[in-house]
Amino acid sequence: MKINAQGLYYRDLNERIRNAVESGTNTIELDNVNGQYFIGDGLNKPVTITINGVPGNDLAAFMNGATIIVTENAQDNIGNTMNAGKVVVHGHAGDVLGYGMRGGRIHIRKDVGYRVGIHMKSYQENKPVLIAGGNAGDFFGEYMAGGVLILLGMFSDNPEKDKHGFLFGTGMHGGVIYVRGGVDESRLAKEVGVFEVDDEDRKNINEMMSEYCKDFGLDPTVILNERFVKVLPRSKRPYGNMYCPMPK
Amino acid sequence: MKPHATHHFQKDISNCGLTGFISKKGTRVGGEVIIKSIALMHDRGNGLGGGFGAYGIYPEYKELYAFHVMYENTMAQQLTEEYLESNFHIEQQEDIPTRRTKAIANPPVFKRYFAKPLATDEFREAIEYQGLTEEDMIVRHVMAINHEIEGAFVVSSGKNMGAFKGVGFPEDIADFFRLEEYSGHIWTAHNRFPTNTPGWWGGAHPFTLLDWSIVHNGEISSYGINKRYLEMYGYLCTMLTDTEVVAYMLDLLIRKHGLPASLACTALAPPFWELIDQMPNNERELLTAIRQVYGSGLLNGPFAILFASNQGLIGLNDRVKLRPLVCAEYEDFVYMASEESAIREICPNPSRIWSPRGGEPVITMVEGNV
Repeated sequence: MKINAQGLYYRDLNERIRNAVESGTNTIELDNVNGQYFIGDGLNKPVTITINGVPGNDLAAFMNGATIIVTENAQDNIGNTMNAGKVVVHGHAGDVLGYGMRGGRIHIRKDVGYRVGIHMKSYQENKPVLIAGGNAGDFFGEYMAGGVLILLGMFSDNPEKDKHGFLFGTGMHGGVIYVRGGVDESRLAKEVGVFEVDDEDRKNINEMMSEYCKDFGLDPTVILNERFVKVLPRSKRPYGNMYCPMPK
Repeated sequence: MKPHATHHFQKDISNCGLTGFISKKGTRVGGEVIIKSIALMHDRGNGLGGGFGAYGIYPEYKELYAFHVMYENTMAQQLTEEYLESNFHIEQQEDIPTRRTKAIANPPVFKRYFAKPLATDEFREAIEYQGLTEEDMIVRHVMAINHEIEGAFVVSSGKNMGAFKGVGFPEDIADFFRLEEYSGHIWTAHNRFPTNTPGWWGGAHPFTLLDWSIVHNGEISSYGINKRYLEMYGYLCTMLTDTEVVAYMLDLLIRKHGLPASLACTALAPPFWELIDQMPNNERELLTAIRQVYGSGLLNGPFAILFASNQGLIGLNDRVKLRPLVCAEYEDFVYMASEESAIREICPNPSRIWSPRGGEPVITMVEGNV
C-alpha cells in the first residue's frame, strides 16, 4: 500500500498508517514524506514501512516489532524507548538516537549526531543494537546501561571530521561499544576503558555486521578487514558513592 | 473483548523552531519562501510568538536607518515621534502595512521611519569629543526609547533590514505583516514556545540592534551575569526575555571591540578548560585570553542561534549541543534550521547537508558588495 504524504499533517498521516496496519496491511510505502513527526510510534505488528523522504523527529518511538526503512536522511530522537523491530536509515541521522532503547535494531548508514545510544538498556533476551556507519558527535553511549553500540566511521559525508566526539561513553555503566579502527583515548569519559575484542566479540560483530551489510547491500569483508576495539564501563555503579559514601 | 489501550501515544511537542538562509551573491528572494520553511515546523511553537528578520528589503532607503517601532498606546507614539524628530532627519515615515486577520488578536500599532541622525549639539559632542560613532548614537537612542518611553519598543533599527514579529504562529504573523510582499537576500524566522518569560509582542524573536538580529532556540541560563555585564556598556535589557542579551553581546564584541565573528562565537561558546589545556601553545593562549576577558559574555545553557547582519548569516550551538541545528548548501545559498525537513521544504536537493558540532560556528558572509 502506498500513501502520498505530500503536505499531509503528521496526525493525519499517522492515523492513516495505523488504520492500514489495523486492517491487516503488511507493507506500506510513504512517498514525499517531509518532517512528519512520530511515524511508526507504538506500532505493535511486524509490518514494513518504507519512507521516501526525510521523516520528522521521534521516528519509531515505543515501536514494538515493526520495520522502518528510510531511503533518505532522518532527524532526531529515532527509536526512543523502542522495544523491538528495526529502523534502517540509508542517509545520516541526528541527535539522541535510541534513547532508552531496550530491544530491536537501528542501522544508520552514515553520520550520527550527539548523545547516540543514550541510556540504552537490556533485559534478559532483549538486547538493543545500534550501528552507525559514519562519524558520531559527542556523548556517544552516554549513560549506557545495556545493549550494543557499533561505530564504524566509514561512510561519512564529512570525512574531515573526527570519527567520534568528546566524552565518549560518559556515565556508561553497562552494555558494550565496538569501534572499528580504534578510539581516541583522550576523548574517552573517565567511566570507560578500551579492551581488545575476544572470540565471542568477533562472533557477535560478524553476525551484526552481516545483517547490517545485507540492509545496505554492502560487502562485510570491507568492514571486517580492520580491527575493532571494545569500550566497556570500568564499574557497574560509577556513582554508587556519590550521595551516600559506603564504607570500603 | 477488545483490550483497552494502556497509552494514547501522543506527545505535546515543546521546542522552538528556527530557520534562515542567505544568498551569498545577494539574490533577493520573496518572503513566501521563508514562510514555507518555518511553517513546516509549526508544531515546534505554541502560537505565543513568531517573527522574521529580513535583509535587503529596503534598497530605496539603504543609506537610512530603518526604525520599526511598536506602540502600545498613542501617548507612546507621540512621545517617540517627538524624540525621533528632535534627533533625526526623517526622510519617510509610514504605518508598517498589515493585514487584519482572525489569527492575530489585539496587535499593537507598528510604524516605520527611514531616518538619519541630525547634527545636534549632543550628536556633535559625542562624535567630536567622546570618540563615539554614529552607530553608538543609534544604540543610545534605541536604548532611550525602549527604556524611557512607556509602551514604545524599537523592533529593529538597522539599514536596509527589518524585523517583523509578534504573538501568534509565525505563518500568521507573516500573514499579518504581508511578508510575501518583501524580498531580501537574507531571511531568518522563529517559532516560539515561551518557557520562562511572557509571550508578548516585544518578546517574540528576532531581537535586534542596528542591523544585528538574533533568533534563538533554548535558554540563556547565564542571563543575569550577561545582563549585568552589558549594563556596564550602556546596554539596557527591556524585552523581558533572555535572548535579548545575545544581540547586544554580539554588537559589543564585534562592532565595539572589533572581534572577528569567529572569535566572538568562541567567546559565547568557548571550549571547556580541559580541552583548552590540551591545545597547542598559540591556540591555548588565545582561548585562555578570550575566556578570561569575556567570562561574563559566555552563554550558559542550551541554545541554537542564528544571527544575521547585512554582511552575513551565522549559526551557532551551545558547547554540548543541547539544541538542534542543521545546515545545507545549494549553489550560492546556505540554509540553517532546527530540522532538515524545514530546509528540504524550500531546497529539496541541497548539494551538502551537515550538522555543525557544539560550539562550532557556521559563518556565511555575502560576497563582494551586495
